[in-house]
Amino acid sequence: MVTYIVRRLVTAVLILFGASFVVYQLTALSGDPLEDLRASNAPNRDQLIQARTELLDLNTPAPLRYFGWLAGAAKCIVPFAATCDLGSSIQGEAVTTSLSRAMGNTITLVATATVLAIIIGISLGIITALRQYSGLDYGVTFMSFLFFSLPIFWLAVLLKEFGAIGFNNFLDDPDIPPSTIAVVAIASGLIWALFASKSWKRKGIAFVLGAVVAAVLLFLLDLVGWFANPGLGPVVILVTGVGIAFGIVLLTAGLRNRKALYSSLIMVALGLVAYYVVNPVLNAATIWMIIILAVITVLVGLGVGYAMGGYDRSQSMRAAALTGLLMGFLIVVDRFMVTWPSYVSNPRVRGRPIATVGAETPGLEGTFWINGRDTFTHLLLPTLALLLASLASYSRYSRASMLEIMNMDYIRTARAKGLSERTVVMRHAFRNALIPLATLVAFDIGALIGGAIITEQVFAFSGMGQLFVQALQRTDPDPIMGFFLVAGILALVFNLVADIAYSVLDPRVRVKA
Amino acid sequence: MSIQTPSDFPDTDAATVTGPERPASEPEAKGLSQGQIVRKKFFDNTGAIISLVVFAVVFILAFTSVGFAGIPGWWKYNHTEFLPLVNGGAPTVTGPFSWGDHPFGQDSIGRDYFAMTMRGTQNSIIIMFIIGALAGLVGVVIGACSGYFRGWPEAVLMRFTDVIIIIPVVLAAATLGEAVNRFVGPGAQIWLLGLFLGLVLWTGLARLVRGEFLTLREREFVDAAKIAGASNTRIIFKHILPNAVGVIIVNTTLLMSSAILLETALSYIGFGVKAPDVSLGLIISQNQEAFQTRPWLFWFPGLFIVLICLCINFIGDGLRDAFDPRQKKFSASRAKESGKPAAA
Repeated sequence: MVTYIVRRLVTAVLILFGASFVVYQLTALSGDPLEDLRASNAPNRDQLIQARTELLDLNTPAPLRYFGWLAGAAKCIVPFAATCDLGSSIQGEAVTTSLSRAMGNTITLVATATVLAIIIGISLGIITALRQYSGLDYGVTFMSFLFFSLPIFWLAVLLKEFGAIGFNNFLDDPDIPPSTIAVVAIASGLIWALFASKSWKRKGIAFVLGAVVAAVLLFLLDLVGWFANPGLGPVVILVTGVGIAFGIVLLTAGLRNRKALYSSLIMVALGLVAYYVVNPVLNAATIWMIIILAVITVLVGLGVGYAMGGYDRSQSMRAAALTGLLMGFLIVVDRFMVTWPSYVSNPRVRGRPIATVGAETPGLEGTFWINGRDTFTHLLLPTLALLLASLASYSRYSRASMLEIMNMDYIRTARAKGLSERTVVMRHAFRNALIPLATLVAFDIGALIGGAIITEQVFAFSGMGQLFVQALQRTDPDPIMGFFLVAGILALVFNLVADIAYSVLDPRVRVKA
Repeated sequence: MSIQTPSDFPDTDAATVTGPERPASEPEAKGLSQGQIVRKKFFDNTGAIISLVVFAVVFILAFTSVGFAGIPGWWKYNHTEFLPLVNGGAPTVTGPFSWGDHPFGQDSIGRDYFAMTMRGTQNSIIIMFIIGALAGLVGVVIGACSGYFRGWPEAVLMRFTDVIIIIPVVLAAATLGEAVNRFVGPGAQIWLLGLFLGLVLWTGLARLVRGEFLTLREREFVDAAKIAGASNTRIIFKHILPNAVGVIIVNTTLLMSSAILLETALSYIGFGVKAPDVSLGLIISQNQEAFQTRPWLFWFPGLFIVLICLCINFIGDGLRDAFDPRQKKFSASRAKESGKPAAA
């Protein structure tokens, strides 16, 4: 295995050399860097052209110029020599500086969307595979195809129009008319009915329940002015937490595993206590504090599960840790919601909280919570656009993969042994269905840093994609090469990860040493 | 689709699935060929058939209305004429059979928007088919060879794939734009764009096909075929490829629909189809500022993109269900019912 990895890394370096040469030549061919100067009427036009020709070394043919760039880039690999030289853009900004800034922005933008798309997409795929040819299957299939078919620039403009401008108008005067309540209630009823299983009676009950719950919820939220002063409060956290605990135990251990259930419920109780105990500390929160608290939560969860003991400890530990993590998430969300009024009334935000462009409100100063809130409102729409667009491939692949697994002989064997449906699906089918997806996921993560060129363009988000497109429009080679270097290295590394993951997960596929 | 020829499918695989001969009373025993089974399954799929019809209508509309390859169409305007504004540029449709002069309205300089949308749809469809055929072919050949032969062919082919995979697609398209300006006329722009994109977009398919081949070549029926003395070509085409055809078709169709999205997106940011010609993405980007005042300039081209893309996706899905030789109608609840046999 080690020799295999080393060999792959060596070839990766060679690939990078080859591809970077091709990219450099393509860039040189893709346009004329002097175009804007040739058309300008400036009196010192010739000097400007002269200066830029010298800056970009245009008198040297492109294949030779590449080696000049390579010499600079090679310094980045030399250990302990802090002279990384990736050149500079036409405006004179060092590529390393602009790259690191763009990278940070892009990661915040794309990471959430990718993680959410993976989780939601795979769960939808599995559920639809288990209910093949049901109303739910057709509904989800149609929706995922629809989102897959939406051009992202088109979707983005729609989101800006209705998600931002429309929603901001609503927030100005948060009052839901009864007709809207009725429409939302019927829609929610239909969704519930889709999820309910076969018989029409159960579908009917689900429809009525879903519609009534949604209507009452909206009515209550409207009544207490929740949209102006959102928050969860201890009661909602408790109820949701208990629901989460039951859901997680149902999926990971089965409700008959009482020890897992009790350890998850203990975590819910602990979470509620933490809601009161930790709250004062959270006033001075930083991102590291949240991470440390999350780690502590997981450790406590594992501890509780371990202390419960019993026949299969690891199940209780897993369920408790997951429940604890989600409880912590609820508490943090509540905290963010509480800051909403002070965020909206901030003079920089001026009562239009959902942003359509950029990564942050310029000049906004506030606590961790206010700034987090700000990032959230700016990232909401682009993340939604990216999420909807990438959901389909995950749900389709996992559905196809799950369908194939469910027809395997070992699934029939598992059923014949008398295992419960949960065990068959979660332990035997689900894990194997994930194998082909590992490649896809690893590869998508590798492509992540390349950014979402179109989305960044539409939402004026200065990430990697925009850096690349702007450099390409000016035929500015150094930023393009910098972008390519980062994106290419990550793609190659995750390619390798995908291959290794495949052979680790599926013993039938062997990696040759 | 360029990959599958339904009638070529071997009976051997069907036999391994259905097991020993069935009693003559069952309908399967009538001896449907694999091609017939696939066709029947596909035509039973309502969604796929509707999509096929809708796509055919869009296709015919786009190619006959504004003409193609010098042949004039039946629509009175083309996408370059500047016309006086009728009805303030708003759509003139008043009913299903009274379209008026400008059913989709006019853009800010008076060009007929129906003609522009049709021309853009035509371009998108042409590019989509070129990309699908080219990328599908290259991807399957490279994926199949490297997955089946392993050893040095795999090493060389996969490293080559890695080189292509990390070259940004936008860059290839931008370079092409410049090459078109310099070396060939704007008439060949569409075809060259399709060609270039097809030559860089096969990588994902190649990797997936290779993965599929890696798994399939370890299966028992491949060993059986080898022991029986089958040649490599026969094993690849008659034993492994039919089993991988589901993956290939799903991904080629996903590739084709994403090819349309890619082309429109490239045109949107200015690296795809350029100004004298029109593309659905290009006209959206030219008119998106007018969303508040003249929303039809935004809606119509977008709707056509979504329509084509949706149809292609549904057709591909129908084909997948039809082709998969292992996939019977599976139902979890039916399989759970104790009294009945699992296979239904």
